[in-house]
Amino acid sequence: MQSLAKTKAEQQSMEMAKAVIAKEPTPEQIAEERIYATMGVSDSEYEIICSLLGGRKPNYTEIGVFSVMWSEHCAYKNSKPLLRRFPTTGERVLVGPGEGAGIVDIGDGQAVCFKIESHNHPSAIEPFQGAATGVGGILRDIFSMGARPVALLNSLRFGQLSDERVRYLFEHVVEGIAGYGNCMGIPTVGGEVMFDASYEGNPLVNAMCVGLIDHKDIQSGVAKGIGNPVYYVGPPTGRDGIHGATFASEELTEESEAKRPAVQVGDPFMEKLVMESCLELIKSGIVIGIQDMGAAGLTCSSAEMASKAGNGLELNLDEIPQRERGMTPYEMMLSESQERMLFVIEEKNEPIAMEIFNRWGVICRQVGRVTDDGRLRLVFDGEVVADMPVKGLVDDCPVYDKPASEPAYYQANAAVDTTSYPAASDLNDALLRILGSPTVASKEWVYSQYDHMVGTNTSVSPGSDAAVVLVRGTRKALAMTTDCNGRYVYLDPNVGGKIAVAEAARNIVCSGAEPLAITDNLNFGSPEKPDNFWQMQQSVDGMAEACRHLSTPVIGGNVSLYNENTKGSIYPTPVVGMVGLVHDVDHITTQGFKQEGDIVLLLGATKAELGGSEFQLVMHGVTEGRPPAIDLDVESRLQRTVLESIQQGYVQSAHDLSEGGLAAAYAECCISGRTGATGNVSVEGLRSDIALFSESQSRVLLSIRPVHVEAVQAVCATYEVPVQQLGVVGGERIQLKVNGVSAIDVAREEAERAWKDAIPCLMR
Amino acid sequence: MKVAVLVFPGSNCDWDCVHAAEQTIEGAVVDRVWHTTDTLEGYDLIMIPGGFSYGDYLRSGAIARFAPVMQAVAKAAAEGVYVLGICNGFQILTEAGLLPGALRRNTGLKFRCHSSQLHVANADTAFTSGYAAGEVIDIPIAHGEGNYYCDDAVLEQLKARNQIVFTYTDNPNGSVADIAGVINEQGNVLGMMPHPERAVNSLLRNEDGIRLFTSIMKAWRERHAIVG
Repeated sequence: MQSLAKTKAEQQSMEMAKAVIAKEPTPEQIAEERIYATMGVSDSEYEIICSLLGGRKPNYTEIGVFSVMWSEHCAYKNSKPLLRRFPTTGERVLVGPGEGAGIVDIGDGQAVCFKIESHNHPSAIEPFQGAATGVGGILRDIFSMGARPVALLNSLRFGQLSDERVRYLFEHVVEGIAGYGNCMGIPTVGGEVMFDASYEGNPLVNAMCVGLIDHKDIQSGVAKGIGNPVYYVGPPTGRDGIHGATFASEELTEESEAKRPAVQVGDPFMEKLVMESCLELIKSGIVIGIQDMGAAGLTCSSAEMASKAGNGLELNLDEIPQRERGMTPYEMMLSESQERMLFVIEEKNEPIAMEIFNRWGVICRQVGRVTDDGRLRLVFDGEVVADMPVKGLVDDCPVYDKPASEPAYYQANAAVDTTSYPAASDLNDALLRILGSPTVASKEWVYSQYDHMVGTNTSVSPGSDAAVVLVRGTRKALAMTTDCNGRYVYLDPNVGGKIAVAEAARNIVCSGAEPLAITDNLNFGSPEKPDNFWQMQQSVDGMAEACRHLSTPVIGGNVSLYNENTKGSIYPTPVVGMVGLVHDVDHITTQGFKQEGDIVLLLGATKAELGGSEFQLVMHGVTEGRPPAIDLDVESRLQRTVLESIQQGYVQSAHDLSEGGLAAAYAECCISGRTGATGNVSVEGLRSDIALFSESQSRVLLSIRPVHVEAVQAVCATYEVPVQQLGVVGGERIQLKVNGVSAIDVAREEAERAWKDAIPCLMR
Repeated sequence: MKVAVLVFPGSNCDWDCVHAAEQTIEGAVVDRVWHTTDTLEGYDLIMIPGGFSYGDYLRSGAIARFAPVMQAVAKAAAEGVYVLGICNGFQILTEAGLLPGALRRNTGLKFRCHSSQLHVANADTAFTSGYAAGEVIDIPIAHGEGNYYCDDAVLEQLKARNQIVFTYTDNPNGSVADIAGVINEQGNVLGMMPHPERAVNSLLRNEDGIRLFTSIMKAWRERHAIVG
């Protein structure tokens, strides 16, 4: 135990804090001047808080604590009713939503733990630190469950790269992600980046982490055992990130720049030490409960840990390690300083914990105890400075079912005929333009800044449909991807939501894995706008339906609302992070064509579907109409066909058709395989440009050794999946006819240049 | 053969080195050795792994050189024990003065991680005897500060004494004379920015690094006259 005697510096610091506390608004002032409103608390919420305190008005610290706990970011007060619509259980689900991260069984006593989380608003203001601490936060979510992180992914959205500010954000977000993940030594193996004007000023930065854990090591953030000590681990608390959760739960405005101090600063080196020491602590078997300090820092972690056990918690704030002098209880409780954890053990085990943290050079200090009275009580300089019911903080935030209404644009789009654009005269040029569009173009500029190989388990690096990470010591591997086409979701949120899940699963299957489960990051505009809330409802319903159909439950996720810029809301972007299980490393499949003479098969049906397509945007400058339709039964049969064919050993390469349609996918297979191909696609009644660039769903390109073609066709027949022999791998040109008429004929190298050089050129 | 893989706070390729050594060096006994250890008695190969020792704060490798274990490394190196520094390990060896030169930020100012083609410039070392002179091999890089620098006089010396072991075919970071790896005069301490431990597994589609480890094993066996 620490000495109770304060040093002179500590005494001075305490006096400074007390001088500040004396100037804090009184409970009466908070009520009369509606100071709570500046913290995002409404009048009616304030009334509820008073009644939860037994009729007493909250003091400044208490209202601060309530305001962050009741922010959208922590309480999901606007999204809870929607989240209940997701299927969250399944045979393999070991831990569902509600803990730091979900966990799914992968056999042999092993499990995979994963979650995605947004750091959109901080990244809009301070892109490097915003993105870096996003990575840091999601890593802590994973290792606080007891899992060792094995891979990072991300899903990014920016405005158009022609804009200087967008280039600045893009450059520094990527650098921030790289800086944190690389230093931690966790490979960043995959993700997606899309560019659209709708994200200008409000980029999306969603980070996902995947970890491995043995069933027996699974932890919970629970403060059990009355009288047990509570420990603080990590660097001292500073004044950074105060009110970060509140900041994340409001729209960005011109004044947001002034909230730069609400953005935290990351130290990946410290996180590495905290991670290693905490994993060692967990392995020692003495941990009762452990949780990271993420959004709303000490407040959220302590309240949630107490809540899960149905207990109370008393924190002695004098013991909180502090980086700055004169910190008040309000500041300590609301700080979002990074790389901190809270855990509970039995007192007798303290020496074991201290030995571990001392060896790693990480601060660990007892800061409180578990109590039986269900209160979160804060003591400062011997006095109780806040005393609140845990249940009130965690469970009693009102939940709002916001009004939703179908937006006018949705009806207007019903009338748009996306087949009526003038036919593209030069299809080679159209292909090169699409390959060079930043959304489709090679993301090598991005992922070459990420250490995607550290850990030496990355079997499939960024750039294929899904990344594949080996599970050391087994024949198993994990496939992982993030997906969402916000344009589809905007045009039809229900269909777009379904497609986001279906495409993620298709990517997983094309890599040779069985889809297991998803984590979702619901990025939307302000829920106060009925149009936006309608988008949320519709897309959640679509996603939920697809999850049920494809047997991929939702095991956790994150909601980010109030993503707005001066022109309006972002495209609704419910990002899906999916993990699949490769049962045998022999099944691992990539997108590039492999061998001259292999036969290219197109599975699935091509229809005239240009709504929300890359072609529509690049060639005609619009995003309108209805997005491609999706039939989940067809999708699921397609996926079974592909997976079975791969598992039978018939498949040389597999690539799903997405942005840019058949032509882009075909070119990508050639570029990745460093070969050409010759072929013809038969699509009755479709114009060549539509046939090539339509983004009809449930389609996959396979390349197959000639000897296996019949076998694959038989699998297709079993599942009633349309299949056509599209062409042959070989040569140095990418050639594709449509209904026997020459359509695409470009040198592979030329296509490769257009695809590879696009982003580096724009960033130069 | 006993192998030590050093672990500094912030090392993150230590396990990769352990796995690579165990997989490629027959009968290897591999220990992870904590930075506070002050003796490396009994080890035949010391690997200093990649990562961000001490957060790479101040300058990469600049703080690690003061760790107690580095005294032991210097002693072992002087006694002829094989020392292999990879990436951050190379940076530490130059900071510790066990290898000439220094590593600066990449000229593009960005971290770069990708496969890289290397010329085996000297196949006549304990680390490279399994390669053919002039052979081109693929060993991935992952670094932000891999831009090797030395002055002209040192460069001439390195050339004259055949101390340049690997050069890039397509210089990714601005290194002087395309240098990717150098060896000390005695021929028992090799530093290189590329990661051979990432190139020892067919499932990762690259096995070009295996021969680096088997070369060390062969040299050690020859030194100890072990037949087999």
